[in-house]
Amino acid sequence: MAIKQLSVFMENKQGQLSGAVKKIAEAGIDIRALSIGEAQDFGILRLIVSDTNKAKAVLGEDTLCKTNDVIAVKMDDNAGALCKVLSVFDAEQIDVEYSYAFTSRDLGAYVVFRVADVAKGEKVLLENGVTLVCKDDI
Amino acid sequence: MSNYFQEEIETASREKIVEIQNEKIVKQVKHVYENVAYYRNLMDKQGVKPEDIKSIDDIKKLPFLTKADLRDAYPYGLLGTDLKDCVRIQSTSGTTGRRVVAFYTQHDIDLWEECCARAIVAAGGTNEDVVQVCYGYGLFTGGPGLNGGSHKVGSLTLPMSSGNTERQIQFMMDLQSTILCCTPSYAAFIGESLAEKGYKPEDNKLKAGIFGAEPWTEEMRKSIEKSLGIKAYDIYGLTETSGPGVAFECEEQTGMHINEDHFYAEIINPDTGEVLPEGEKGELVFTSLDKEAFPLLRYRTRDICVLSRKKCSCGRTHVKMTKPMGRSDDMMIIRGVNVFPSQIETVLLNEGYAPNYQILVDRKNNTDTLDVNVELLPEQMSDKVSDIEAMEKKLEGAMRTMLGIGPKIHLVPPKSITRSEGKAVRVIDKRKLV
Repeated sequence: MAIKQLSVFMENKQGQLSGAVKKIAEAGIDIRALSIGEAQDFGILRLIVSDTNKAKAVLGEDTLCKTNDVIAVKMDDNAGALCKVLSVFDAEQIDVEYSYAFTSRDLGAYVVFRVADVAKGEKVLLENGVTLVCKDDI
Repeated sequence: MSNYFQEEIETASREKIVEIQNEKIVKQVKHVYENVAYYRNLMDKQGVKPEDIKSIDDIKKLPFLTKADLRDAYPYGLLGTDLKDCVRIQSTSGTTGRRVVAFYTQHDIDLWEECCARAIVAAGGTNEDVVQVCYGYGLFTGGPGLNGGSHKVGSLTLPMSSGNTERQIQFMMDLQSTILCCTPSYAAFIGESLAEKGYKPEDNKLKAGIFGAEPWTEEMRKSIEKSLGIKAYDIYGLTETSGPGVAFECEEQTGMHINEDHFYAEIINPDTGEVLPEGEKGELVFTSLDKEAFPLLRYRTRDICVLSRKKCSCGRTHVKMTKPMGRSDDMMIIRGVNVFPSQIETVLLNEGYAPNYQILVDRKNNTDTLDVNVELLPEQMSDKVSDIEAMEKKLEGAMRTMLGIGPKIHLVPPKSITRSEGKAVRVIDKRKLV
């Protein structure tokens, strides 16, 4: 159910982000969602892409990458939708490490959540009637 | 085959060694006084005559030579023979802008190569071994020294020189090298490259490595021994005295035996010049007892180490020196604290990082800054910024404990720090002290 996120270590130098994105573009891989966690002298680029393994391969051995599971939630297009999802996590004492939102033509709005226990997070969301985005949707 | 190249001298009694040194120093001081005007002037200034040197103990009376003297006397000022008697020069890299050119007669080359042969035999080398020499050849002493030593042992010598790692690995595998000679950082690099190609440590035929020409730590030794499946031996030397082989490690791996029949070692207080007793830490000073062309007396190496005459299980009787704990040249004074790159390397290895780092020293707002770039290992990658920041903080804490001052750590991607295949550029000091 969970979807794969590719994280890429970026030095805080000009051309790092464009260099990585160019390689992905040239390989014909679609970026479905993106966020950057930034620190003083490095950043972590997080991507949801159409083909994670291929993206990792085209970035090359010398690029520091990591693949891990995240939860992607399909949002209802109305006020309070995000609030509902977060209240489920709160009730179950699930901490959100980070999160980012995206829209797409096919899926509408969705939000990516990084939690420590992905399986538990998914279980409680499904139990509470939240629609998850799965790998095939991406 | 015996474990010694020249058993009689390598295992001689203390009395025998002193007897040889007494005899050689009297002759050598006379040779230098008569032939090297530069040193004669130093002796005259100090009021010492060759007749004052009756035994090795009298060496204290002689003036020191420093790197500055070598620069002043460049190129011929310290030459002890006619140029027509010299057959070779070797030279230092001159990275500090002080190139040293050393001269050799055939006699000097022979004794140097014999010293290297002692090191190879101590590492288990015989005439059945295949010795792969990937120290640089040419002006640098590493390649020619070990090459000559390997010839003297009768081993099959692969004169690879440094670099072209693909070719190194191909020869290592195809010709089944058993002994590898190179800088420790290059040995580590070859180990990494072998692993990347899918080779396991047991896939190569190497049994030993003889590594020197740059500082390395015990932790680095362990990691090289593991990655190549060998026993790693240290070797020490400097162009000023000959090259590698001035001192070498035996299987005990507890210090390097100095070839005392050729090189007399003293430890001095670097500030006062006072000779320190055995076991005390200080600057290493060498006297060439029988070199002809470039006969340096009491040359200050700037290397900080300790000498020990404790009995060695290998049977060799020559004095042992510890691995240099730092060079006065390498030593950085940062906010008044003495910092050696080797300390930083030790922390990295203890904390589970690869020894791939670069030290950047600068001065901002009249305060020294110390930044260390450290390469992450692939398995250390996280998708969380907080994880990486926590790793930086932890490393900073460990560095502060070791160094007494806290550097700023910057974790960087693997292989992003330029690696030379010869000597690694570890320190960039941008301070302009006006």
